[in-house]
Amino acid sequence: MIMETLTLGKSLNLGLRRAMEDDSKVLIMGEDVGKLGGVFRITDGLQKDFGDERVIDTPLAEAGIVGTAIGLALRGYRPVVEIQFDGFVYPAYDQIVCQVAKFHYRSRGKVSLPMVIRIPFGGGIGAVEHHSESPEAYFSHTAGLKVVACSNPSDAYWMIQQAIASDDPIIFFEPKRRYWEKGEVDTAAPLSSAYPLHSSRVLRSGTDATLLAYGPMVRTCLDAATAAAEDGRNLEVIDLRTLSPLDMAPVFESVRKTGRAVVVHEAPGNIGLGAEVAARISEECFYSLEAPVLRVTGYDIPYPASRVEEEFLPDLDRVLEAVDRSFGF
Amino acid sequence: MTKVERAAARRGGKRSGPPEPEFVQLLTPEGERVSHPDYSVDFTDDELRGLYRDLVTVRKLDAEATALQRQGELGIWASLLGQEAAQVGSGRALRKQDMAFPTYREHGVLYCRNIDPIMPLGLFRGVDQGGWDPVAHRFNMYTIVIGAQTLHATGYAMGIVKDGKVGDDDETSEAVIAYFGDGATSQGDVNEAFIFGSVYNAPIVFFCQNNQYAISEPLERQTRIPLYQRAAGFGFPGIRVDGNDVLATYAVTRAALDNARHGQGPTLIEAYTYRMGAHTTSDDPTRYRVASEVEAWQAKDPIVRMRKLLEKQGIADEAFFAAVDEQAKVEAVALRERVLSMPDPDPATMFDHVYPNGSPLIDKQRAEFESYHASFEGSH
Repeated sequence: MIMETLTLGKSLNLGLRRAMEDDSKVLIMGEDVGKLGGVFRITDGLQKDFGDERVIDTPLAEAGIVGTAIGLALRGYRPVVEIQFDGFVYPAYDQIVCQVAKFHYRSRGKVSLPMVIRIPFGGGIGAVEHHSESPEAYFSHTAGLKVVACSNPSDAYWMIQQAIASDDPIIFFEPKRRYWEKGEVDTAAPLSSAYPLHSSRVLRSGTDATLLAYGPMVRTCLDAATAAAEDGRNLEVIDLRTLSPLDMAPVFESVRKTGRAVVVHEAPGNIGLGAEVAARISEECFYSLEAPVLRVTGYDIPYPASRVEEEFLPDLDRVLEAVDRSFGF
Repeated sequence: MTKVERAAARRGGKRSGPPEPEFVQLLTPEGERVSHPDYSVDFTDDELRGLYRDLVTVRKLDAEATALQRQGELGIWASLLGQEAAQVGSGRALRKQDMAFPTYREHGVLYCRNIDPIMPLGLFRGVDQGGWDPVAHRFNMYTIVIGAQTLHATGYAMGIVKDGKVGDDDETSEAVIAYFGDGATSQGDVNEAFIFGSVYNAPIVFFCQNNQYAISEPLERQTRIPLYQRAAGFGFPGIRVDGNDVLATYAVTRAALDNARHGQGPTLIEAYTYRMGAHTTSDDPTRYRVASEVEAWQAKDPIVRMRKLLEKQGIADEAFFAAVDEQAKVEAVALRERVLSMPDPDPATMFDHVYPNGSPLIDKQRAEFESYHASFEGSH
């Protein structure tokens, strides 16, 4: 075991590097991914070491990036596409939901598109508009796509490699506000030993209520659980990790134990992931619930100006307030 | 007139319309062979007869499909009537190893790729989504979203370069052809495909069948310049060919494919043709175009001119033409019978192939679906 302390961003970089070393068919494509190493430097140094035939600086055209990646996948490559910011994915939306999602189905299994579309998502970095969005529900709603979100350096390192190795087309959400947070990563372990990709995971055990989150809100929920413990409340925290398909078994198990659930995400709540999670808990755990499943989410507005984004984003206090409400029933 | 007035007049004034198209032509509507300084073909008599047979057969199969739709056997049909030469000419110009990315109207190219003509009818009948193997036949799935496939084709062509399959060896080096229509040239995807194809020097031929209408919208709603001239702005050659001339279409496409496979990058071919029928069986072309226009194009029919050529050259007689018609009829009848006997799919198969690695959510829904249907009395 070789434990290294790495930022989430560096973990992704090392994961990409390892995937490229392991499989010569892996390509990286996107705007500025080459010499610059991406605006967040996630692909830093990869073009230098793997060449511009494998780390491809593309024209500034999102539909073109995803659409040509489809063709490369048809040709036997495994493209990893970087969408520079969440709000820029929409020009490629048609190619993703109409084409990437459906090739395997339309071809009745004769064609697979083993591609990964990386999207830095979420707010909290003080960016201008279109740079802080949470579009995960759009993709999670589309059959044929698998959607995951990493929340910590170790998962980032392993999940990106698992996503690249998978024949399923995968939308890979990266919590950009967490790129600089550090954690321990065992970089020497074999890929096969990693926690399964499409699995949610209990990160903190507790008995009084269950907090459910993914991506950037996992850290917030862990902090909330630490704060709640000081008040004598023992919260369980589950990182959903996989948004489509949702892995609900650990969630059901947890809610049957705690009787209370609060779902937390940055995306607006209306028709969001939280609604799906809450509905499934209601269907499966109705007689175990002490209170309705509550949601703490972004408001149903366009992402606001950055000077007020801290009011928009769920934070530790809003999560704890929801836990209080749950106990009020 | 001031500059502003001139500009306003240009915008508001009736356009004189595109000039008479200048295009590569090797066979006139009268069946005369003509020469072109840059393009030529040298077919044997047998090959010429073969092209004629292709044209007649794909038209007959297409007519049968249209009839099947009118009789309620297909949900919809996108007819290729009038575009046979553009499709057969370009389809026959492909080498075995080349890859084609069609829209939903390339039944003639599909035929040239040796795919059973029943295949697209499953899609239009609603019993499947097109059943051929796109890899084995080097002919991708039909694409309904306009222009989307041009990007897939370009990416595929970029992969050919990465694989080192561009070169002078005509038997191993590869090229790609992307089919689309005049309406698609307005799509962002097509323009992005032009950019990617150009900057990566991809071995691709962009084959635009300009059939003059995007459903009801005439070419003037898509462009103010001839479409083939768009290529210049992207940095590769564009060429217009008489799309009703199978010989010229073949010659131009073969040359463009060879250029691509030899490392000279993309070409945009505008096959200037006409959709004689409706966009699909669900529209009514009499609402948006005049009979005289259709009649003018009838005089340029791709099959008639090929027949005249064969007659003039004395390489086909009445018996040959009758035999071709009869054979096409036999194939059409067989097609009809097979369509009528196409079974509906087992409903549970709709859960198949959503993901290569499966999904527990879909497994659960399938199990619930099967259990629900098994609960009905008499089910088994």
